[in-house]
Amino acid sequence: MISHPTASELIDSVIRFIEERAAPNLKDRDAFHARVAVNALAAVRREIEAGAAAEAAQTARLSALLGEDGDWNSLNTRLCDQIREGALAPTDPGLLAHFRASIIDQVRIDQPGYAGLKTLEAK
Amino acid sequence: MNDLQHALGALAPDLSPGATTIVGLRRLSGGASQETWAFETDNGAPLILRRKPPGVTGSGNAVPLATEAALINAAAARGAPVPRVLAICAPGSEVGEAYVMSRVEGETLGKRIARDPPFAEVRKTLARQCGEVLAAIHKVPTEGLPPLAVSSAATELEKYEAVYRQMDARRPIFEAAFRFLKDRAPTLEKPVLVHGDFRNGNLMVHPETGLAAVLDWELAHLGDPAEDLGWLCTSSWRFGGPKPVGGFGDHADLLAGYEAAGGAPIALERVLYWQMLGSLKWGCMCLTMYASYASGADASVERAMIGRRTSETEIDLVALLEAAA
Repeated sequence: MISHPTASELIDSVIRFIEERAAPNLKDRDAFHARVAVNALAAVRREIEAGAAAEAAQTARLSALLGEDGDWNSLNTRLCDQIREGALAPTDPGLLAHFRASIIDQVRIDQPGYAGLKTLEAK
Repeated sequence: MNDLQHALGALAPDLSPGATTIVGLRRLSGGASQETWAFETDNGAPLILRRKPPGVTGSGNAVPLATEAALINAAAARGAPVPRVLAICAPGSEVGEAYVMSRVEGETLGKRIARDPPFAEVRKTLARQCGEVLAAIHKVPTEGLPPLAVSSAATELEKYEAVYRQMDARRPIFEAAFRFLKDRAPTLEKPVLVHGDFRNGNLMVHPETGLAAVLDWELAHLGDPAEDLGWLCTSSWRFGGPKPVGGFGDHADLLAGYEAAGGAPIALERVLYWQMLGSLKWGCMCLTMYASYASGADASVERAMIGRRTSETEIDLVALLEAAA
């Protein structure tokens, strides 16, 4: 909605500032935290771009899996309760399919370089 | 630091025959519950001090430093590679609650050990070495050890489920993992000395000789021997390395080394069980660390961001659940 600059452009500019101007002047714990800060901003940037679509897809899957309508929060809570109460087995094929699709979307946002992401995508 | 320099200087003759003082005292890492310092005696012995920071009370699960030192000595007696404990300082002494040990040469950075070329040769035998050393640790007679907590798969799950519930996070993958693991929890037959944090990152590895020392004994307890093997295989400790054991080795080599050194045979299935419990446990720990950000106790970006590592444990849990289905 808002542009000139977009949120992603703002984030990119802050990442560049940290990496090129601020981080070289830092050391030890502060230098480490600067790297973490860049990772955090990059995750936020990916979430801005892919988060809404991932949540919509997850909500649709939850709705199909549970046979109920609702928003993401209520459906996700319902799913947790069903697993905890034993109504859905932890190795139920439909449940695992939901887990697979949802967690791939989330790790692509949180940590796209994580080795376990490639492992699951390859299977 | 001057006080510490002075206090350690007074110990110098006990640390290295002929030494009169210590030099080069420097802080290595800034753990919240534990300090690590490096120094040398004036006749050149390289040493490490592990000390509880003054005024800090122990973190929940950690054993007292004197217990750590006693366990290192007990493991050494069974032939496990560990640093040599040279002095134990009691709480209230001039140094504080601490012990001094020999400094072992090598690398502890998990990423280098799992991936860098200088370690390519030792990587071939490292999983087997880990199996051999774990067998030695698990054979330490438990009579005569300082008091240690006893835990089983069931009690570990109970502990981490309480942590998870307290967080009020709704994570269906955690729910499924708790349910799956609780339904299959192995009974604890004969508790052995478990290191409790035996993973890539806590192992000193030499590029020519391989496993040189097992470090970080603060989470030691009595429990299931497969716990140590499973934690070593937990995906979060592979540092991008391609193989299941610490990123550097194969399950078969780990288990073969364990048996060859006289460890009672452990089924791969039981290792995978504890590997899965390891992912779930690390996931709960990521949430706990995030909680210290959310509560304002630690406002750093690192504490905030570590919450986003919870999903890495969830993707590993899904892969393990799929494999078990």
